[in-house]
Amino acid sequence: MPTAAPSPDEIRRLLARAPVSRRGFLRGAGLAGLGLGAPTLLSACGTKAAKQTASSCVSKDLSSSQKTLHFSNWPLYLDEKKVKRNGKKVTVHPTLDQFEKQSGIQVDYVTDVDDNSEFFGVVRNQLADCQSTGRDIFTLTDWMAARLVDLGWLQKLDRSKVPNVEANLVTNLRSPSWDKKRDYSVPWQSGLTGIAYNAKLTKEVRSFEELLTRPDLKGKVTLLSEMHDTMLFMLLLEGADPEKFTADQFGSAIERLKKANDAGQIRAFTGNEYAQDLVKGNVVACEAWSGDVIQLQFDNPDIKFVAPEEGLALWSDNMLVPNKAEHKANAEKLMNFYYQPEVAATLAAWVNYICPVEGAKQAMEKVDSTLVDNKLIFPDPSTLAKAKDFMGLDQKTEQSYQKQFATVTGA
Amino acid sequence: MSAADTGRRTSRTGYLLLLPGLLWLVVFFLVPTIQLAATSLYDPSGSLDSGYAMTWSFSNYWDALSTFRAPFLRSLLYAAVATVLALVLAYPLAYAIAFKAGRWKNLMLVLVIAPFFTSFLVRTLAWKSILSDNGFVATTLQVLHILGPGGRLLATSVAVVTGLTYNFLPFMVLPLYASLEKIDLRLIEASSDLYADALTSFRKVTLPLSMPGLVAGTLLTFIPAAGDYINAELLGTPRQYMIGNVIDNLFLVQLDYPAAAACSVVLMAAIVVMVLVYVRRAGTEELV
Repeated sequence: MPTAAPSPDEIRRLLARAPVSRRGFLRGAGLAGLGLGAPTLLSACGTKAAKQTASSCVSKDLSSSQKTLHFSNWPLYLDEKKVKRNGKKVTVHPTLDQFEKQSGIQVDYVTDVDDNSEFFGVVRNQLADCQSTGRDIFTLTDWMAARLVDLGWLQKLDRSKVPNVEANLVTNLRSPSWDKKRDYSVPWQSGLTGIAYNAKLTKEVRSFEELLTRPDLKGKVTLLSEMHDTMLFMLLLEGADPEKFTADQFGSAIERLKKANDAGQIRAFTGNEYAQDLVKGNVVACEAWSGDVIQLQFDNPDIKFVAPEEGLALWSDNMLVPNKAEHKANAEKLMNFYYQPEVAATLAAWVNYICPVEGAKQAMEKVDSTLVDNKLIFPDPSTLAKAKDFMGLDQKTEQSYQKQFATVTGA
Repeated sequence: MSAADTGRRTSRTGYLLLLPGLLWLVVFFLVPTIQLAATSLYDPSGSLDSGYAMTWSFSNYWDALSTFRAPFLRSLLYAAVATVLALVLAYPLAYAIAFKAGRWKNLMLVLVIAPFFTSFLVRTLAWKSILSDNGFVATTLQVLHILGPGGRLLATSVAVVTGLTYNFLPFMVLPLYASLEKIDLRLIEASSDLYADALTSFRKVTLPLSMPGLVAGTLLTFIPAAGDYINAELLGTPRQYMIGNVIDNLFLVQLDYPAAAACSVVLMAAIVVMVLVYVRRAGTEELV
């Protein structure tokens, strides 16, 4: 027989007798909250400007005494090898191990960057306050690197410490609009944005024009949710130059995108997850990144990558040294190391993105001769000449363009 | 020692016991909430590089509501539909576990909780496969002519609501089970002794006694569902975006902190008001 539960009246009586009554507790908590909250509220009134300059935020370099380096990068962006060590299977990074052995610098390698905007959210408060992020190098895409240069959040690199970069950086990446002399950035890997389609499910897709208008693709097309990637092609469709365009041209490019979206042609705006949809057949053609497509092709040769008729987008992920990083000289040593052609070829053979290092193609003969002629790792100079970059924007314009893009993409 | 002394000491012990929880709430709830409320009142013309001035811009709330009315309403609608669906699915399940499961009771409870052993994200991605265009569900519905020949499930509102219902179902089942299980079976016997048929007993005895579980379950489902953005992001398209997606985009991509904070405050306020009205109407004040 179950024991009789106390009736609601009994509970109320018990509560009334309890040393801390509910009402009293709430009153106490409320007062405590106000007492602690009011000063916080006052101090939270407004924020300071986040912009820093070389004189407002000075960093110390402890590289000579501390042989360490904290490196934040994207997942699957460094060569890996599984080896047996003491009877256990472990994953090692051959090129990074080689660097550690040569330089005596201990590298703490973390893959905690998987979205430019999210990573910006992670380091924003520290960098706006001129505090350390605990990282000496992180790798971000051009447009985000441009924002950090503009905000004065990066340390200027000493070009004399990186002779290999000086000698081997490919010509077309030497002076991006946002860092003309590469004072603050060194490309890690580059890639192309273009079109991918599943040849088993649709006939060839050659251009963005087709992607946005072909009736048989309706509802089976995705574009990238990254504003710069997608709008670059919309601008090309408008006949504008993505490296130099006006606000009006951007406006009409947005209109074109909106029309296609309203017509139900575009199924979604995505990040990396387009790869899964393309393989499953939920999507038959989409805007895509070259490195992803190579990796999909290993399992599924029906996936094709196309350089769209309108042009190509070439982007880089750049190694950057943030303010207050304490091992800049060590960071420069690492950059210099990865600009040796043999090292660059080993890296490219594993990550399959475009290698920004001159001479890596010749070095690839020894590493993996099947990849030497892969156009998505070593594109023809003529292809690269056609490739476009997105215009560097100041913060206000950037924000307004992001807003217009977000209105179309639903947010 | 006098009785008054003992009384005072117990009272101090009571507050001491509250201290860790209170401190936690102050640091991780109160301070961030105040910060959020302050941000929602910043000058909307500020920017990250120039900084934001505190101008008590209450107009931010109005702007947020008028600009993002559609995703706001969509969030409430999707969350409401998902809550009703979850209730319809969960009530019979909780009833069966409480009264009919016999020795399978514990196993069934474990099965209800089992999805929590894997990540929320992975479970939602699994629905992408289940509902995919060439998947079993979509093709079957096409054969049955419930879905048109070019129709799809993935990337529609149906997929988003399905995902929400699935993900929050255990939050509905558990409180319902807890309150059904507590019901004294003699009360139901008594009602049948008094010539109530099964339906009447359910209506007059079981349902009213399970009300606390029902209210708790609907709240635990509706509140997180209204703020969710993962389901809309992975199973929907921009046309299904909920207010959580908007806030995510405003904070991280557009860097419009005042608007993002204003949306968050409006969402919180709306939920608090709706919950208060609901709880008052449902008449289960013991819950709060």
